Amino acid sequence: MLKIKNINTYYGKLHALRNVSLHVNAGEIVALIGSNGAGKTTILNTVSAVTPPENGEIHLDGMLISRLSTDAVVKLGVSQVPEGRQIFKPLSVEDNLELGAYLRCEAGERRKDIMKDKDAVYALFPRLGERHKQISGTLSGGEQQMLAIGRSLMAKPRLLLLDEPAMGLAPLLVQEIFRVIEELRRERGTSILLVEQNARVALKVADRGYVLETGKVILEETAAELLANKDVQRAYLGKDRKQIWER
Amino acid sequence: MNIWDAKYECMLREELEQLQLERLQATLNRVYKNVTFYRKMFDELEIVPENMQSLSGLVNIPFTSKENLRMNYPYGMFAVPLREVVRVHSSSGTTEKPVVVGYTRNDIKAWTNLVARVMTAAGVTRDDMVQITFSYGLYTGAFGFHYGAEAIGASVIPTGTGNTEKQIMIMQDYRTSVLISTPTYAITLAERMDRIGVDPKKLSLRVGLFGGEPLSEAMREEIESRLGITATDNYGLSEIIGPGVAGECEYRCGMHIFEDAFIPEIIDPKTGEQLSGGRVGELVLTTLKKEAFPMIRYRTGDMTSLEYGPCRCGRTMVRMNKTAGRSDDMLIIRGVNVFPSQIESVLAAIVGTAPHYQIVADRKDAHDLLEVHFEAAEGTFFDEMKRQKAFLEMVEKKIRSVIGVSAAVKLVAPNTIAKHEGKAGVVIDRRKT
Repeated sequence: MLKIKNINTYYGKLHALRNVSLHVNAGEIVALIGSNGAGKTTILNTVSAVTPPENGEIHLDGMLISRLSTDAVVKLGVSQVPEGRQIFKPLSVEDNLELGAYLRCEAGERRKDIMKDKDAVYALFPRLGERHKQISGTLSGGEQQMLAIGRSLMAKPRLLLLDEPAMGLAPLLVQEIFRVIEELRRERGTSILLVEQNARVALKVADRGYVLETGKVILEETAAELLANKDVQRAYLGKDRKQIWER
Repeated sequence: MNIWDAKYECMLREELEQLQLERLQATLNRVYKNVTFYRKMFDELEIVPENMQSLSGLVNIPFTSKENLRMNYPYGMFAVPLREVVRVHSSSGTTEKPVVVGYTRNDIKAWTNLVARVMTAAGVTRDDMVQITFSYGLYTGAFGFHYGAEAIGASVIPTGTGNTEKQIMIMQDYRTSVLISTPTYAITLAERMDRIGVDPKKLSLRVGLFGGEPLSEAMREEIESRLGITATDNYGLSEIIGPGVAGECEYRCGMHIFEDAFIPEIIDPKTGEQLSGGRVGELVLTTLKKEAFPMIRYRTGDMTSLEYGPCRCGRTMVRMNKTAGRSDDMLIIRGVNVFPSQIESVLAAIVGTAPHYQIVADRKDAHDLLEVHFEAAEGTFFDEMKRQKAFLEMVEKKIRSVIGVSAAVKLVAPNTIAKHEGKAGVVIDRRKT
């Protein structure tokens, strides 16, 4: 599905991604684990061409996309849910969702189909349906996250890039969000590349994961293996904090 | 025939190469961070591990030799702190300084899975009774096969080594269907059955997997005809993981190397140059999944060749041919790695000077024999038979304590051993003919 080979991304002089290679198989949930500044979000932004790579290759189903613009990447079926939700706060829930289908509208898709997908989002997140006329800036944090995911689904993505969907949410809402993530994969076969500070939750739903450190991948393993990896436990799962090994 | 892990074993080459690249990059970043030996090596040669862009770039990284591992005895090559290591094994070479290898919990799991692949390819199923006659100790063989068999769901009979008649009794009574042994021991079992009047054809035995020493075609035939089983070949070494590096499928056209976990290369042992196109050379392995003991371009010392053509079994993983000897002068005597230098050092300690000696390895009735001939000199030759005998016995004992197998020591007249430059000629291996 998604295949990344040797990408290097810079923010000015800052070398943010150093020869990163990774892949996401069709219908797979892959987690990116790492501390702040490791390059997790940069990978998502690089795939969606928000911060295009300096070099390296990104393939989507065999097609080279690393030289395309963001809207072209979105048209090919990649949607990103940005960190901090970034919904259009003055607009209603409904309007936010419809904006998610902007490119489909532009491509001349029938309004009926788009409305059907909107109903599907309401089915996925009933709370959005209940509040469809509400100004989205007045939604709770969890509802805003649901809306951000719902909006990304309106573009009918094959690959979903999820950035910190659990951030700042109460445990119950985190559960709700991850239930939907699993459902998307199960019901729609959507492939998901997931960035999450809450490594434990992420690795519970993910099939595989990559551990990043200072822009480099240092580990690729199944989610179960990562959960059992002492390095990961110590650094990202908050275990053994009092007994950090002195090398 | 079943395939244990089809998702990986039958992977498309293109997908496999992506996975290998990802895991290689991660492994290099990890060893640079965690293993002083590799960090120094990379820094000295100004290799930036994160710059590795392709699998072919591997040739720019130096080899890791057994000597490197010895120098870092015991824990210098570990990439994780000891508290994360759940198991320690050591290589079968019974030198003064063996190679110590470690496993994390994940390593043990991965190892289990790899051996399960080997055993499934050999035809082992959950309905089998697996008798393991390896030593449960520092040697990786027994535990590796034990885990693999259990993962498949077969029943393990962990008999360990020795007590041949009891092994045979267990084989009869417990209805053993899979034998795990050294090739030599399989023949010992067959011989003993002959002697005590047990008909191997009446046993439930059907499959054999071997380790500890290479399974030659002659031995394979002998084992198959005498025990009435399918004798399958597999490959592994402690420094890399133990058994589980490669295994033969039902088509017997080489052993599939599990390339999602290891990158194999063939090199010219003299020049270190990478050889392609199925040429014979020394096998070099890089681990892709090991946490505790990752190895970058480890020189196995085993001579073989690789076949990348498709296999009828459906596995896409490359096949290695039967190993054709050792690239160094190491001898494998009854499953134990013996280096002439070890014997030389024992003799030198006794004689006081560089000894003129010769090592003769031979095989009689499938048993390895080791003889050490050395030239008589002052202080090693006694007129009195009793003293002479005692002296030779002392030498034999010392050699055995160092190399771990017994050798017959013979004194020969001065200047009867031809002089050679270097090691060549010191070892005569009659088993190869």
